[in-house]
Amino acid sequence: MDKQVYISKYCHITNNQVFINGELVFENTQTDTTKNYLKSIYKSLDIKYPKFFKMDNFSKIAFLGAEFLLKEEDNKNIAIVFSNNASSLDTDRKHQDSINDLDNYFPSPSIFVYTLPNIGIGEISIRHQLRSENAFFVSEQFNTTQHNTYETSLLTEEKTEQVLGGWVNIDNDEIDVFMYLIGKKGIEKYTKENIQNLYNK
Amino acid sequence: MEKLKAELKERIIENLNLEDIEVSDINDNDPLFGEGLGLDSIDALELIVMLDKDYGIKIADPKEGKAIFESINTMATYISENKPA
Repeated sequence: MDKQVYISKYCHITNNQVFINGELVFENTQTDTTKNYLKSIYKSLDIKYPKFFKMDNFSKIAFLGAEFLLKEEDNKNIAIVFSNNASSLDTDRKHQDSINDLDNYFPSPSIFVYTLPNIGIGEISIRHQLRSENAFFVSEQFNTTQHNTYETSLLTEEKTEQVLGGWVNIDNDEIDVFMYLIGKKGIEKYTKENIQNLYNK
Repeated sequence: MEKLKAELKERIIENLNLEDIEVSDINDNDPLFGEGLGLDSIDALELIVMLDKDYGIKIADPKEGKAIFESINTMATYISENKPA
């Protein structure tokens, strides 16, 4: 059996641009808030999913990256393996702000439910009806060795047919998303060197 | 009462991030959950917090919420009858 794994698509989302397979597909032309920037990417996808607006910014960036890569996929056997270095800190701070003052103590349930990074994986799984393996790692930097080892193992041991992997980070409105879809077919071999090069692109 | 109902609609849209819904889309008797606005269980908790924060009303038993949050009309009536003086 051919155990070679390939990258079929990849996506970058930065503070004002979105690239698919290295090609610019969306650019923010207005200086605006992160919330409005993410909303404008959502609008550009021409989808109707009102729950998007209830998500925190972390889940929104995860959702958007997955939307670009999975919108034409029929396969539901796709594992998700993400990592970042800020965990859900962006939202944790908002929750903390709502409970700092004991005289004005009104924690928001809709913010609190997003104070875990793997909730973003849950949002993608609900959207694309995935009941697959998933994991979220927190590390200082994008650890391509860890991703490569874990994701290749999921595929070669036939725990899944494809993996949606990547680095999904947001902290203080700084967005850094690099997401990829890997499996038996693709445009480039999935090696830690290749994935590092594509991340740096 | 009409002013309170309009205010509630605005606050619900803002607090629950109902991006595609306008005040004029919500009728006073529309169910807020299920087939109406389609709110979910987290929205219900958010409404309980909203009553406390904006109107000073604490709902001790969350089961009461089902009747209180049935529609804008039931919410407005409950707030009018229970708002601290």
